Amino acid sequence: MEAPKFVWEGAIPLQIHLHESQVTTLPPPPPALILAPRIGYLPLLAPLIKPYFSSTLPPGVDTIWFDYNGLPLKWYIPTGVLFDLLCPEPERPWNITVHFRGYPGSVLIPCEGEDSVKWSFINSLKEAAYIMNGNCKNVMNMSQSDQLELWHSVMNGNLEAYQRVSSKLKLATVDDEYASLCLQKSQQSVIETDLPAQAKTGRVPVRLYVLSVSKDFDDLDEIPRVDSWEKISYINRPVEIRKEDKCFTLHDALKILLPELFLDESLMNVKLGGVDLEDAVRNSNEDVTSDKVVEDQGQNACKRPEACRISSSAEIKLIRIQGIEPKLEIPFSWVANNLLNPDYFLHVCVCVKVAQ
Amino acid sequence: MDVLHWDGTLSAKDFRIGAFAFAQKWESCNLAFPPWSWLPCPKHPWLAPPEEEGYLSLEKICISRPNEEEDIDQISQIDTGEEETCCSRNEDVLDDATLVQSNHHELHYCDFHIVYSSTFRVPVLYFRAYCSDGRPLPLDEIEKELPACASKELSKKWTFITQEEHPCLKRPWYKLHPCGTAEWMKLLFLSDTANPKFEVVLELYLLSWFSVVGQVFGLRISLKISN
Repeated sequence: MEAPKFVWEGAIPLQIHLHESQVTTLPPPPPALILAPRIGYLPLLAPLIKPYFSSTLPPGVDTIWFDYNGLPLKWYIPTGVLFDLLCPEPERPWNITVHFRGYPGSVLIPCEGEDSVKWSFINSLKEAAYIMNGNCKNVMNMSQSDQLELWHSVMNGNLEAYQRVSSKLKLATVDDEYASLCLQKSQQSVIETDLPAQAKTGRVPVRLYVLSVSKDFDDLDEIPRVDSWEKISYINRPVEIRKEDKCFTLHDALKILLPELFLDESLMNVKLGGVDLEDAVRNSNEDVTSDKVVEDQGQNACKRPEACRISSSAEIKLIRIQGIEPKLEIPFSWVANNLLNPDYFLHVCVCVKVAQ
Repeated sequence: MDVLHWDGTLSAKDFRIGAFAFAQKWESCNLAFPPWSWLPCPKHPWLAPPEEEGYLSLEKICISRPNEEEDIDQISQIDTGEEETCCSRNEDVLDDATLVQSNHHELHYCDFHIVYSSTFRVPVLYFRAYCSDGRPLPLDEIEKELPACASKELSKKWTFITQEEHPCLKRPWYKLHPCGTAEWMKLLFLSDTANPKFEVVLELYLLSWFSVVGQVFGLRISLKISN
């Protein structure tokens, strides 16, 4: 249970500036420094932020929202995911701007404080439950007190309380192929432990975010700032873990999610974390000339080991889940069981370089 | 596929087929309304393209209710009108709208999109409402415009409204939550004594579905189509 603990304790150091249009005092207030939980949501920080700036705000009604370099931050995306997505080269502290006026209602869903965030979270949980169990009755029928306790555990980052309440939802986790692999390797007999009798499922709720970059770059800090949500696509997709002889890896999952990026991969020697994936993958697209093979191999000499040219017109530069860049040969079941957010979605950020 | 063992859901491909069938039936019979159009989703670069990648759209539908009588009048016209009379009465409906405007009653419009959810594997109704000057209407004002029967529908668990991002447009829209849809769609077809083939189910799926969710907005489907 190490990994979930790290995920829950993960935090982003924020340096929050008040937008200049709302500064009515001289000197302007200094920025607020706040540690924001990765699994949390930005509006939940309001009670911490407001005292810093309340004395300088113009009169009016407060509606809190944030931007990063002018890009309004979608509050319903967990803070850690926003950071992974918008800061490929991690910026610490992360400089974001807070606004208390002028809510951009055409871009962002209105947020009426904690309650809006809670319902957004519950809706997301419901969707994940539907993917995993085929219905969301357990979430719908949760008692009022359980629902509150679950929500408070997320708000306060209390993993123990969260596990206690969420176990009642009976959202079956997938068999951890990594664990069973280790057991076999260490010559132990696989003993049926007193695990709760849960129905095992192979459907993993994934929320995939793709940042497309058209400029070529070698280092992450050369990635141009994201100035519009148009450059980011995101979807919810269930990923079915297929039981085969070989382990279903993160690489296999990404191939399902981003098929166009994996079209002609068997033509190259994709080196990922020192593991040659060439033999591991099967190719469906054979109609590429030999010239291209040479070209692809030439371009494969990339600086970052995980940056791999996968399709001839685009390449995955970066994959980030909970702030880490996982190796693609990790069993997907381990990723799904350990790196998920409290809404039971696995949020995966991918940065793709698109050829112009 | 045996409808008895069907779970009430559609694949992305089925949705597209069902959507076209629905749009066609709508156009041939529901003359009081403009036709639904199939709009392609803005392409997500690189994301797994499910075959659907599009949604049905019906925009700028007037939802203003100046008074109850007129509302009932309008619905009954759509309900019972034969094709020809429907056509001629259609003008009356438009005339009503002009009258309303001269009465200084502000007109409100609604856009409806039917989008496929790959999570719930069912169609989902997204909508937004606005005034004639384009100002968006908040939910409490929209609810005021809805027919009395809507509040009854909305109090049930399966048709509550949430505000979420439109999955294709990525802007705030309202939607009727789909988590119960598969279940009641299954019941709807199981109760059919004829035990239809899946192709028939597919043909009627969106129509049956819309005959339920459309009630929230007082959009009744002519009995003629559903038969």
